[in-house]
Amino acid sequence: MENTNTPVTTRRKFINYCLGTSLGATLVATFYPIFKFLVPPPITESTEASVVAAKVSELKPNSGKIFKFGSKPGILVKTPSGEIRAFSATCTHLDCTVQYKEEAQHIWCACHNGRYDLMGKNVAGPPPRPLEQYTVNVRGDEIIVSKG
Amino acid sequence: MNLSAITTWVNDRAGLEPLRALAHKKTVPLHRHSVWYYFGGMTLFLFAIQVGTGILLLLYYRPSAENAFESVQFIMTEVRFGWLVRSIHSWSANLMIATMFVHMFSAYLMKAYRPPRELTWVSGTLLLFIVLGFGFSGYLLPWNKLAFFATKVGTDIAGVVPGIGTFLLRFLRGGDEVTGATLTRFYGFHVAVLPALVTAILFVHLYFVQQRGMSVPPSLAGKPLQTMKFVPNFFLRDLMGWLLALGALAALAALFPWELGEKADAFASAPAGIKPEWFFVFMFQTLKYLPAKIGAVDGEVLGILAFGGGGLFWLLVPFLDRQSAQGKSSRWFTLIGILILLYIVGMTIVGYAE
Ligand code: HEM
Ligand code: FES
Repeated sequence: MENTNTPVTTRRKFINYCLGTSLGATLVATFYPIFKFLVPPPITESTEASVVAAKVSELKPNSGKIFKFGSKPGILVKTPSGEIRAFSATCTHLDCTVQYKEEAQHIWCACHNGRYDLMGKNVAGPPPRPLEQYTVNVRGDEIIVSKG
Repeated sequence: MNLSAITTWVNDRAGLEPLRALAHKKTVPLHRHSVWYYFGGMTLFLFAIQVGTGILLLLYYRPSAENAFESVQFIMTEVRFGWLVRSIHSWSANLMIATMFVHMFSAYLMKAYRPPRELTWVSGTLLLFIVLGFGFSGYLLPWNKLAFFATKVGTDIAGVVPGIGTFLLRFLRGGDEVTGATLTRFYGFHVAVLPALVTAILFVHLYFVQQRGMSVPPSLAGKPLQTMKFVPNFFLRDLMGWLLALGALAALAALFPWELGEKADAFASAPAGIKPEWFFVFMFQTLKYLPAKIGAVDGEVLGILAFGGGGLFWLLVPFLDRQSAQGKSSRWFTLIGILILLYIVGMTIVGYAE
C-alpha cells in the first residue's frame, strides 16, 4: 500500500477545498441578496399623533363610524347615552375591521363573530384582548382623536 | 407524404419509440374500486383548463389596488366572452380542488401510499399545498371586500406561527398590512411562482405513477385481477370524463357566472357573512369555535399548530403507517382517514349552515 499522504492527495485535497469554498461563497453571494430582496423594507409609520375623526353633528347617539388614523382604521362610538369614545378598529383576533352594531349596542367583528363592549373590552367570541382605546377631545364641532 | 411517412420521419429524429413502448405497457387493474382511478386524470384536465383560461385572463388583468377590481369588471362586461373565461377559471379552480380531494382521499383509503409508492404520496401532498396556495392567492386578485378580509385573516394566521410568524406575515403581505403590495405579490405567486412549482412537482408525481404502475387496495392485493390497457381503452374513458367535465363547466359558467362583489376598502368594516373559499371553511369554522384562551395560550395559536401538525401528519403518512407497509390491514389509519374526512365535511356544512 502506498502512503495516502503523498503530495498528490494533499494537493487534491487542497484543490477540493478551494473549489468547495468558492462554490459555497458563490451560493451565499447568490442567495443572500435574493432572500433579503424577498423581505419587504420597513416603511416608516406616519406617526400622526392626532386626527379629526368626525364632526360631532354627524354622529347620532347609538352609532359608530370608521375613521382613518394614519394608515390604520379607527372606530368612533357614540354610546346611547351620548358619550363619545374611540378605539382601534383592528380586531385583536385576526386583523379584521370591526363595526358598531346598533341593535345589540356593542362593537362586532363579522369575521369570527367577536364582540366587544362599549369600553372596547372583548366580551364574547375569539378576540383575546380589548381594542386599544384612544383619547377623544371635542373642540367646537370637531372630534379629535389622539393616541395615549 | 402520408401520415405514416411523417411519423417515421419525426421518429427517426426524435426517437419516440421508448415513449410509445411505455404508453403501451401501461395497464389499469380492474376491480370494484377502479372508478377512483379516474380522479387524478380529471384533476390534471381541470388544471390544464386553469392554465389556458389563466393565460387568457392575463391579457386584460391589471395587478394593482387601483386597477385590479376595475380590470376584472372590464373582463366581465366589455371583453367578448370575458365573463365566460373568468367564470370557467373560477369554476374549474373549485372543481379541480374538489376532484383533487376525491383523488387524495381515495388514494389514502386504498392505502396507495404503501411501499414502493411513498414518494408518489409525498409529491401528491406537496401538490395539495401548492394548489391550496393557488386558491388562496387567486382569491385576492379581483380585489373585492370578501377577498380582502379573507386575506387579512389568512395572512394574520401565518403571523401567529411561533418563531417565524412575523417574517411570514411580512413576506406574504409585502409589508405590515394587506395593501396593493400584497396584491402584487399574490399576483406574482399566482401566475409565476406556483405554476413553475406545480409543473415541476406534477412531473415528478406522474413519473412516479408511471414507474410503479397503479396500486391495488390491500384487500385485493395478490389476487388475480383483470387489467385494461391504458392506451387506448382507459384513456378513451378518461376523455369521456373530460368531455363531461367540460360540459359541466360550460353549464355552470353560463348559469352561474362568477360574482365580483364590491371593491375592497381598507377603511370599511368587515361585512357580515364573510367567508374564505369553501375549501378553507373547515379551518375557518374551527377558529370560530376556539375560545380566546386555552390555558395560558391564545386559542388560535393552538388551532394553527394543530392544523400545521395535521398537514405534517398527512405528508408523512406512508412512513407512519407501519402496518400497511408490511402488507397487514391497518384499521387505525383507515379510521383516522375517515374521521378527518368527516371532520372536514361536517365543519364545512356547519360553516355554511350558520
Ligand atoms: C398557470 C396557471 C394560472 C394562471 C396564469 C392564472 C391566472 C389568473 C388571473 C390573471 C386571475 C385574475 C383574474 C380573475 O380574478 O378572474 C386569476 C384568478 C383566480 N385564479 Fe388563477 N391562474 C392559474 C391557475 C390557477 C389554479 C391552478 C387555480 C386553483 C386551483 C386558480 C384559482 C384562481 C382563483 C380562485 C381566482 C379568483 C377568481 C375570481 O374571483 O375572479 N388559478 N388567475
Ligand atoms: S378577526 Fe375579528 S373575530 Fe376573528
